[in-house]
Amino acid sequence: MTNKYLIFLGCAIPYRVSSFEISSRKVLDKLGVELVEMPEFNCCGLPLDPVSHETMLIMAAKNLALAERQGLNILTLCPGCAGTLKKVNKILKADKALKEEINTHLKEINLQFEGTIEAKHLLQLLKEDVGIEKIKDSVIKPLTNLKVAEHNGCHILRPKEFIGFDDPEDPQTLKMLIEATGATCLDYIDETECCGAPSVGVSDKVALALAKDKLSHVKQVDAQALITICPFCHIMYDTNELRIEKLFNETYGIPILHYPQLLGLAMGMTPEELAFSDLRVSPSSMLKQLNQGANKA
Amino acid sequence: MTEIAADSAQNKNKPIRASELDPKFKYELQKMHGSEKILKCFQCGTCTSDCPVARYSDDYRPRTLIHMAQLGLKDRVLNCNTLWLCAACFTCTDRCPQDVEVAAVIRVFRNLAVEKGCIPQVFKDQAQSLIESGYAYKIPDLRIKKRESQGLPPLPKGNAENVKKALKGVKFIEALQKPAGEKPSDQ
Repeated sequence: MTNKYLIFLGCAIPYRVSSFEISSRKVLDKLGVELVEMPEFNCCGLPLDPVSHETMLIMAAKNLALAERQGLNILTLCPGCAGTLKKVNKILKADKALKEEINTHLKEINLQFEGTIEAKHLLQLLKEDVGIEKIKDSVIKPLTNLKVAEHNGCHILRPKEFIGFDDPEDPQTLKMLIEATGATCLDYIDETECCGAPSVGVSDKVALALAKDKLSHVKQVDAQALITICPFCHIMYDTNELRIEKLFNETYGIPILHYPQLLGLAMGMTPEELAFSDLRVSPSSMLKQLNQGANKA
Repeated sequence: MTEIAADSAQNKNKPIRASELDPKFKYELQKMHGSEKILKCFQCGTCTSDCPVARYSDDYRPRTLIHMAQLGLKDRVLNCNTLWLCAACFTCTDRCPQDVEVAAVIRVFRNLAVEKGCIPQVFKDQAQSLIESGYAYKIPDLRIKKRESQGLPPLPKGNAENVKKALKGVKFIEALQKPAGEKPSDQ
């Protein structure tokens, strides 16, 4: 099987985080991953799970069935979508009665879930299908004087039973991918903790407190940027950093980058190409530092 | 700031009366997808002590919710506003030594609370958007048009008609569509 995938965007990315999509597409193109566009896809179902598990199952199965028709595996940029599609794929394959029940819904629209394809997230694709070596080879401008921190987020790691490609207690994939760009990835306290985004709209107090502690921990180790791979984590930090600074009387100034933006820089792409202008927290001092280092070398 | 109302202290400390216990609740839960293993919980408290939300909330305690359900305090569990604080980070699920799938149990509680009519607005909005557009957020036309200038391919069609057809018979969705009856639901 070649590196050819149906790209699944979900809701949050086209709604608010196109910089993630733009930079991912550029980077994947360079790495020889072919993305096939789908004429029809929906919400993966995850946002509906808290209110109706059945709705989530049907929506996820509908998306999987649409992809099965194309005979291609799904690549998602959102860990929430990846986790949901993986989980429902596994559950329905194992539970015949449930599969039949869901298929009676899909029959209404002439679809059927069979369980013939797989779904994976960008991070897993980069690790397993592209490989760290190939990513290292693609780097022409190593980011050697950059020190960053990573934020995996929850749904790329947990529940382990369904996601399973990294250790949720001590994840390594994103760190390895960051170090492949030449940058240093710093350790900090509570790295695998939630960003707080899912609590927005229910309790902003809890959500902002969670994000604030994360940013403080990242600041403690003097990271020049925080690298995310989830649209929700990115929104949580990038959109709220200034608000958190004001609310808690702190100064962070930590730009929040999507991993493909970091990799793209190392591949020699410009910040403009990688949609850096969409970032709310200015990356300019980080970029300046990067250029100074490059000139020295 | 959006805040759900805290569960009142009065309610929390109310003495438990035998008449409000539903001894069959735990068996109902055992039959539901996600909460099958609720009786395996022996109240060790790993879920609560590792919960990032519990650290910042005075009210949200997954262990307590499960204990209440085991005791049969069905109405109290389902009326708990704090149910909605779970961030679904799955830390509890991964660390539970009894493999209870705590986050899935909380999700079952929420689904049951919704059946009783208790649902925060943010979830209602997302469900409504799903029925109307196929996506959980209503992506503005401007955004969709902007994709072209950003060099991005068109967004896959949400096909709301097919979403509605596939969701036919789902109680939650049908209940949601009823009050919207005054408005034309089809485009």
